[in-house]
Amino acid sequence: MYSVVKGASYFIAHAPDMVVNNGTTQTTQRKADPNAEYLTQLEKSLRSYEDCVAYLPNQVYIGNMTPEELEGYALPWYEQKALGAQRKGKYGEIMPEDEFIGMMKICDVFDLVKLEAGFSADLKEKLGQHALIDASQLEVFDKPSKEAELRKLIDKEHAEPIYYLGKMVGCIKAAHDFDESLSAHVIFENIVSKASCVLSILHLMDQTDVAKDEIAYVIECSEEACGDMNQRGGGNFAKAAAEIAGLTNATGCDVRGFCAGPTHALLQAASLVKAGLFKYVVVAAGGSTAKLGMNGKDHVKKGMPALEDCVAGFAILVGENDGISPEINTDILGRHTVGTGSSPQAVISSLTAAALEKAGLKLTDVDKYSVEMQNPDITKPAGAGNVPEANYKMIGALAAMRGEIQKAELADFVKKHGMVGWAPTQGHIPSGVPYMGFARQDILEGKISRAMFIGKGSLFLGRMTNLFDGVSFVLQQNSGKGQSEAVSEETVKKLIAQSLKDFAGHLLQE
Amino acid sequence: MKEFTEEFGAENIVIVLGAAEGEAAGLAAETVTAGDPTFAGPLAGVQLGLRVYHVCEPEIKDEVDPQVYEEQISMMEMVLDIDDIIKEMTSIREQYCKYN
Repeated sequence: MYSVVKGASYFIAHAPDMVVNNGTTQTTQRKADPNAEYLTQLEKSLRSYEDCVAYLPNQVYIGNMTPEELEGYALPWYEQKALGAQRKGKYGEIMPEDEFIGMMKICDVFDLVKLEAGFSADLKEKLGQHALIDASQLEVFDKPSKEAELRKLIDKEHAEPIYYLGKMVGCIKAAHDFDESLSAHVIFENIVSKASCVLSILHLMDQTDVAKDEIAYVIECSEEACGDMNQRGGGNFAKAAAEIAGLTNATGCDVRGFCAGPTHALLQAASLVKAGLFKYVVVAAGGSTAKLGMNGKDHVKKGMPALEDCVAGFAILVGENDGISPEINTDILGRHTVGTGSSPQAVISSLTAAALEKAGLKLTDVDKYSVEMQNPDITKPAGAGNVPEANYKMIGALAAMRGEIQKAELADFVKKHGMVGWAPTQGHIPSGVPYMGFARQDILEGKISRAMFIGKGSLFLGRMTNLFDGVSFVLQQNSGKGQSEAVSEETVKKLIAQSLKDFAGHLLQE
Repeated sequence: MKEFTEEFGAENIVIVLGAAEGEAAGLAAETVTAGDPTFAGPLAGVQLGLRVYHVCEPEIKDEVDPQVYEEQISMMEMVLDIDDIIKEMTSIREQYCKYN
């Protein structure tokens, strides 16, 4: 029996100060030329929290609008606002930066996050009103730091400052005097990733009818690494996030695969559940500070707002077949192998047509493809084109080559089987998974019966191989056999008795 | 590119590009002919003037085994705006290529 998807959650933290101070495009620019015109211009291009919430693609990300609705709006989306935009959505929320800094403090178990007194008091009050934060977690705000202490840590002990609205409100201490893997910079990145992962898990558990103590395993699949100098990527974000999220009965581990990480993780979760090891597995990932403002130079040059101001996260609950929820069909697996080759044709064939063909399906049999759902409002002005559309054109061209559609039907194929992109450009975040919430809903409502999730990863960025990677799977309507196919002990006994009887009968005949 | 040109001679080198659209192909072509237009990297201000083609241009396509081309390139040929790429590449070659 296939395992099923029980729910999906999506989280965004608006983080403009982290764009300026922690995004690598900005930190490298500051190293090269601290007086660069770009850095001055960038600060003028930052969006307010309200604009970030009202941004159409963000409302889609948290489930308040559908991808189909977004398609009705012409680019550029940053010049328009979602009517009735809300902080909370069906699948999650968009959190303001100050509250998110507070969550970083809540997620810090080594007293590395230090916050100023007035700011701490504000946060205690604000997060005290958050439905998913427990009152006991607010005690961390009762021991704030004096400004002089923060200054000393920043100036003399290599702590990384934390800013809010351009003002220093705290810092993150280095966790070791010499170990670069525990430097304040790395700890900052990792705590941001952990905090956004925790919030994603909290939203997931809030949406589903599964109790926290039923979660047996968590797989974290971001692109960060935690560890010390002797085990730089030792892990384990999964268990660290599970601890804060209150998943007391869970263990887990981290899975990495660049942007393909989430798809690999989902396959592993589906397998663990299908094999009967665990009843419920959560796949989750937090976001990345490094990628904030990655294309900022192009956006600023074009007079646009700095749109890459969102730290994003997601969480997906994979569970045993309930006879209702959409199934992860682990028999339709696309794999880009070592021998596949790197031409776009080889890559896309291995991830789509080759996998479907084995199951006797055509490319046109998949209702929706979820590819790299990068937001074109962000990527097009940066010269990276419309990423999802390019993927859909390739799948369509493949269908035309295989005679499944006419070449003239290519544009129709893209429209029918594709979607516009809406996810923040945070690497693993847009990769296949943003559609999981909608896909589950669309399948449950009978709008579609089959969706394919494709994750691709640029492994060459790590300099250990020149290879590219990718995996894919199909999410399908539940066959409804989930419950009835479960074999009772009595049935097993009857089956054994019948075979013994048959066997004895054969012996007598001989 | 610069090292190869020094080792084998600019007249013996043909650059084949695989960029996904005209503008990107044009930028790459300009880099190996007139010099890096962004003035970054080793080819800034270096005018190699090399022969440069996109893999979907007929000059290259005609040199390739049709079966290999079908397996490796034909899908992208259907997706890309080939006319735009050819226009861009021809313009760069006419302006800066030293070996045609």
